[in-house]
Amino acid sequence: MKKNESYTDQARRQFISKVVAGAGLAVAPGVVLHQVAQAKPADQPASNKVRWGILINTNKCATGCTDCVSACQEEHAWGAASENEAHSSKLQKAQWIRKVKVTDKQTGYVMSLPMMCQHCKNPPCVDVCPTGASMKRADGIVLVDRHICIGCRYCMLACPYKARSFIHEELHDQSVNAPRGMGTVEACNMCVKRVDNDGIPACVEACNQAEHNAMLFGDLKDPNSDISIELKQHGGEQIREDLGLDTGVRYQGI
Amino acid sequence: MSLGQLRQKIVIAAVGLLLALPLHAGEPASPVVPKAKAKATEKYGCVEPVSKMRKNHMEFLLHQRDDTMRRGIRTKKFSLVECVNCHVTPKKDGSYARFGESEHFCSSCHNYAAVKIDCFDCHRDTPENSNARHTLNDETSPHHTIAFKENDPLTTKKLDNVTSGGTE
Repeated sequence: MKKNESYTDQARRQFISKVVAGAGLAVAPGVVLHQVAQAKPADQPASNKVRWGILINTNKCATGCTDCVSACQEEHAWGAASENEAHSSKLQKAQWIRKVKVTDKQTGYVMSLPMMCQHCKNPPCVDVCPTGASMKRADGIVLVDRHICIGCRYCMLACPYKARSFIHEELHDQSVNAPRGMGTVEACNMCVKRVDNDGIPACVEACNQAEHNAMLFGDLKDPNSDISIELKQHGGEQIREDLGLDTGVRYQGI
Repeated sequence: MSLGQLRQKIVIAAVGLLLALPLHAGEPASPVVPKAKAKATEKYGCVEPVSKMRKNHMEFLLHQRDDTMRRGIRTKKFSLVECVNCHVTPKKDGSYARFGESEHFCSSCHNYAAVKIDCFDCHRDTPENSNARHTLNDETSPHHTIAFKENDPLTTKKLDNVTSGGTE
């Protein structure tokens, strides 16, 4: 019963926001303003007129390829790109992005996909956070504010994607792109610093540079962005769509 | 000399000794604050006048922290990264001081004032590109070509040169 109520709630909210958005954009009958995507000035906050998303084509994602993972490690100084966390076990170590191999037992079909924070519109990690450290930015990027994170790890339990990890050891020589330290939770930040500087996430960049082209980054709210056009033409699925989280990371071929 | 006079003299001597003590013992040396690398001007000294920075730097950083982290405002004026880039300078041996050492800009004063901060539990305490954060066998590292030379230590001067686009 409760489940149904929350779905109704979401549907209602979405309906209202669509009506409001429609009313705002239609200046006069037949005249509609288009939001033109452009770089955000440094002194302006992130805007809810955009929603950043990533589309991953698993048909192009090779089993065994870890270019996206390596790029993320290099960008944020974790895993192989860091000498920290030498005493942590494999399960304890940082895991911003990981490759997952899925095998269909019936047919034997194997696919490989990168799994990371799905940047949900309704993020359960934000719901359960007791301090407000787990947060969603106006442009849909889900982050951990380490300034107020107390390391309780409720968000790690709440996340259905196992996207978050906890830092067990004192760190040094962090990347300037990613302040991170002992006693706090961390996850994919969709390369928020790059995105704010009009760039694309390191994983997407690496995938395209190696000419795998399995990852596409863009604004889900802009109907003319590459990602929206591709989603409209060929569709894209959410993992655990049944949870109603409305993820910002979508997959094709799953 | 009577006993009373003697006692009086002893008391005066003792008081005098007590008054003189603080002048000789326990006087802490003032902190030696390292000079910033660049940008500082005679007039302002920093992004704001020095007196203002000394008093209010924590307020500026706190404000900037929430603006950047939670709202995505990325102006550089009070950015901690910019502070560190400019203020944390190499030691005499060429390596960068780490937070906690007296040569590190932040700890030079914080050690003196005994004010504990946890900024550098998470944030990098040395300037960007100032040491080989990358693993040595990673060929994408900009420091890779100079990291392996034997009997030729990697100095910050050399690194600065390489990272700013020059060769060794």
